[in-house]
Amino acid sequence: MSGGESADLRVHALRPLAPPPAPRAAAIGFHPDWIEGVRINPGAVARRVATLPGRRSLKKEWQAAWLLKAITLMDLTTLSGEDTEDRVRRLCAKARQPVRRDLMEALGAQDLPIRVGAVCVYHEMIAAAREALAGSGIPVAAVSTGFPAGLSPFAVRLSEIKASVAAGAEEIDIVISRRHALRGDWRALYEEVAAFREACAGAHLKAILATGELGSLTKVAKASLVAMMAGADFIKTSTGMESVNATLPAILVMMRAIRDFHARTGRQIGLKPAGGIAKAKEALTYLILLKEELGAAWLDPTLFRFGASRLLTDIERQLEHHVTGRYSAAHRHPPG
Amino acid sequence: MTLKSNSIAALFQTLEYGPAPEAEDEVRAWLARHEAGFDLFINGAWVKPEVPRARFESRNPARDEHLAWIAAAGPGDVDAAVRAAGAAFPAWAATPGHQRARVLYALSRLVQKYTRFFAVLESLDTGKPLRETRDIDLPLVARHFSYHAGWAQLLSRELPGHAPLGVCGQIIPWNFPLLMLSWKVAPAIAAGNCVVVKPAEQTCLSALFFASLCAQAGVPPGVINIVTGDGATGAALVAHPGIAKIAFTGSTEVGRAIRAETAGSGKKLSLELGGKSAFLVFEDADIDSAVEGLVDAIFLNQGQVCCAGSRLLVEEGAALGLLDKLKTRLQSFRLGDPLDKGVDMGAVIDRTQQDRIAALVDRGVAEGASLWRPAIALPAQGCFYPPTLLTDIAPSNSAAIEEIFGPVLTVMTFRHRAEAVALANSSRYGLSATIWCESIDRALSVASELKAGTVWINTTNMFDAACGFGGYRESGFGREGGLEGLLEYLQPTDDFPPPAETAAPASAPQESGPPAAIDRTPKLYIGAKQVRADNGGVRAALTADGRLAGHVGDGRRKDVRDAVEAAVAAAGWSRATAHNRAQVLFFLAENLSARREEFARRLSDLTGAGAGEAEREVETSLERLFAYAGWADKFDGAVHTPPIRGVTLAVPEPLGVLGIVCPDEAPLLALVSLMAPAIALGNTCVIAASERYPLPATDFYQVLDTSDVPAGVVNILTGPRTELAETLARHDQVDGLWYFATAEGAARVEALSVGNLKRTWTNQGRARDWFSNTRGEGRAFLREASQVKNIWLPFSE
Repeated sequence: MSGGESADLRVHALRPLAPPPAPRAAAIGFHPDWIEGVRINPGAVARRVATLPGRRSLKKEWQAAWLLKAITLMDLTTLSGEDTEDRVRRLCAKARQPVRRDLMEALGAQDLPIRVGAVCVYHEMIAAAREALAGSGIPVAAVSTGFPAGLSPFAVRLSEIKASVAAGAEEIDIVISRRHALRGDWRALYEEVAAFREACAGAHLKAILATGELGSLTKVAKASLVAMMAGADFIKTSTGMESVNATLPAILVMMRAIRDFHARTGRQIGLKPAGGIAKAKEALTYLILLKEELGAAWLDPTLFRFGASRLLTDIERQLEHHVTGRYSAAHRHPPG
Repeated sequence: MTLKSNSIAALFQTLEYGPAPEAEDEVRAWLARHEAGFDLFINGAWVKPEVPRARFESRNPARDEHLAWIAAAGPGDVDAAVRAAGAAFPAWAATPGHQRARVLYALSRLVQKYTRFFAVLESLDTGKPLRETRDIDLPLVARHFSYHAGWAQLLSRELPGHAPLGVCGQIIPWNFPLLMLSWKVAPAIAAGNCVVVKPAEQTCLSALFFASLCAQAGVPPGVINIVTGDGATGAALVAHPGIAKIAFTGSTEVGRAIRAETAGSGKKLSLELGGKSAFLVFEDADIDSAVEGLVDAIFLNQGQVCCAGSRLLVEEGAALGLLDKLKTRLQSFRLGDPLDKGVDMGAVIDRTQQDRIAALVDRGVAEGASLWRPAIALPAQGCFYPPTLLTDIAPSNSAAIEEIFGPVLTVMTFRHRAEAVALANSSRYGLSATIWCESIDRALSVASELKAGTVWINTTNMFDAACGFGGYRESGFGREGGLEGLLEYLQPTDDFPPPAETAAPASAPQESGPPAAIDRTPKLYIGAKQVRADNGGVRAALTADGRLAGHVGDGRRKDVRDAVEAAVAAAGWSRATAHNRAQVLFFLAENLSARREEFARRLSDLTGAGAGEAEREVETSLERLFAYAGWADKFDGAVHTPPIRGVTLAVPEPLGVLGIVCPDEAPLLALVSLMAPAIALGNTCVIAASERYPLPATDFYQVLDTSDVPAGVVNILTGPRTELAETLARHDQVDGLWYFATAEGAARVEALSVGNLKRTWTNQGRARDWFSNTRGEGRAFLREASQVKNIWLPFSE
């Protein structure tokens, strides 16, 4: 290869990650006609996601590179009643250094700025996370608005957002009122999310649709569009607490809603599958689907995140396998 | 620090896919062991061709490289194979169904065991992506053998009174080599036939590897024979007198030649030919999913699929959005080595096909179509053709009419449902169609109106052994898969009694009979009107002993034309409810019954039959009308359960306009026995009455008139049988032709039917016992009066 190309690649390799982008503008208005036009054929959606893994395949160095990318697209998450500040600090340490140094060197990736996309916690843990992540550039995300059911008083939900933003959360993961979607009251959903948007002020808003509780993919598509109209920066599948969390069909429908919203408004909205994604291979399927349906631009932490607590360990194991040729064990990788 | 272009650090930035090749060493080793050349598989052994040096090359079209040398079978080799199959037939046909089932099951298991090997071999030989051979072809092959293992087991109980045919010649195309082999071999041997298979010369390798597994599966020598070669080998097989049936999949052009060649030979024939299938997208479709559907429809196997959805018809309001999304999708299409697990499309079969596609596209553009292709990389060598859209295309553009058999989609819009159906049906072909819309009412109503053997709703290019596959119109006849496919390899054991004597009519009329009370003007029956023959002529109708019994119209070519027009105009009959058709048939019986004595006297007078026999003919005719009144609402279709979430509706539909040429024996009963099943299932018909005894047919006009038979549903012509039959055989708007007279006449109509490849059913010159309830009536008649449409309805969630 030519020297020019090398230099170019080197520049890219050492480029610092972009800071979290500025929040997008406020809500753009309610467009009922966009929702009425939604048609989803669930059987065809299921066939698309079922046949995708046969259409694209990632091997060897390519697979390793994509797995490193997957780490940067991860919201490393702990959302447990038994969380403590120490636990959160451990998680943040892992967020800064997700892969063993020796492995990174063996992969020739030691100069890549590999750290996770964000650390996602409950409100009470924001301060500990902020402190632990100081100087890393890793944002703290907080779940909010009566997470996970979203049924606490509306005013309480708004003040919860404000409190978390005040505590230093740069990203707020809100939950929608499922009942608005289930009843088809899209205007009510719009107004709810728009109010959350306003409360977020300078913070990023991720709208959790709880896709497993909406009853149909058509509702998933409509809720996606309404959340985007109301100013969501990201749309996110689930809290991780529903009986059905992220699924490929739901994600595909959300990707296509994002694509349509982009075509109508020129705005790029982010996507976050959450809950149940624990295997590296599964993560690659999501990323391939993302590249195929939305394009390479979305393979970026500003536009895609995995909400995951167990995924990182499996990715580390696969990376070690790439280096050693031996199947790896979870205990060979430091916990978060 | 410098980065190699495929270093992880560099790839982290580009996030490309990279190569993902499937291993091919096992297949390469097998090919290397056979570098001297593959032989023919005859009688369970590998046999050198009669001209030992007659070999042709098999090449990989994707890398333009040599794969193997294949034996070219000469006529002597074909003869040896047919003889071996014939010798093996009695024992195989007599083998208990359970034993045959075990063999088919073993074949299914062996295919599964060697799936990877087959998938790689097939991909190398055809140029199609490994993803397809691995995920589509091979699972369907295994399923086909296992499904037919079930039929072998159940056949004697489920289909009593049926026997295998003998030696079947099976000619396989190059687009799905092993899959099409399984579609042909599995039902044939399940039913107890022996086969001689002729793979396409471009793609013999999977058939040869399959042959090497036959002994292991317990296939007795001679039951499956494989002769490789080009069209000359196929022609020798078609012409061989030892063949009982030819099953062919390939081009309509070759299908026509085979129909002409086998005419009058008594060989059973099934043809699965070309297509130009419509892909309809309505405004309320899930457009994103429809785009993926199009990818499967026209880019599967590089578009080299007979049922490829090559004509996109999209509702005007959805056209821009759909095309936009389709183009975006194609921009990320990946063409490349078919063994790479990350390509969307591989290579077309050979340079000839590549040139043919290019020529047809060039012609389409020259005739005014706009061409669009994605800006994607094409491999530097190999027979690759990019995905191509032809828009702004007129219905008259040759690219919109002719089968291109490549990754080329023509795009047209429609204004509304009715126009969509009209455009979709505006084709000589009728293999398949696809409908995308979210309205169940529209989907099902449009599906019922499309002239196609398979209709996919919100899915496309799905196949299964349980669901018959085959075409309407010039896409061929016969079905593969399902019960209807199995029946192609069986015959009723009591179908035909020995030939009857056919006495010539007395030569000269003797004008000695008593004059009729009032002179009756002899006429034809067209569109429920009695009309004079176009030439104004009349013919004398004589009794068996030569007396003049009356006159009938001298129907000729132009009268056939008029009768067919009337039958076409009566197409609404196919939409009458089955109950309604049954009522009409009961009513016909009622009105015939009122005149039973008159008809009995007429038959007795004409044929010299005793009064008892003549009365029996009328009585049996009444019973037959009742029988088909009964059948009209009981010859149901089926709901198949293929291995998907969903169902397939197998709906028997009428052929359309049916020509019926009646025999001379039992002139009333034969007429009724042929007319009744035809109209019971919604066909309209043009009947050439017995030439020798036409008067019972002309007497029948009044029965029709009084029985609420809609105009044009039954049309009856009298006149010279040969001219009437040949005109019907050559008429492109006649969809099927039944011929029950002489052997020569049968051969003639079969040969003349090639124009529109209408389905023919003849007695090959043999008489039928019309009085028998099993030979003169029943499901066999109803099957001949119908064609099965399979409508795929996947569910979800």
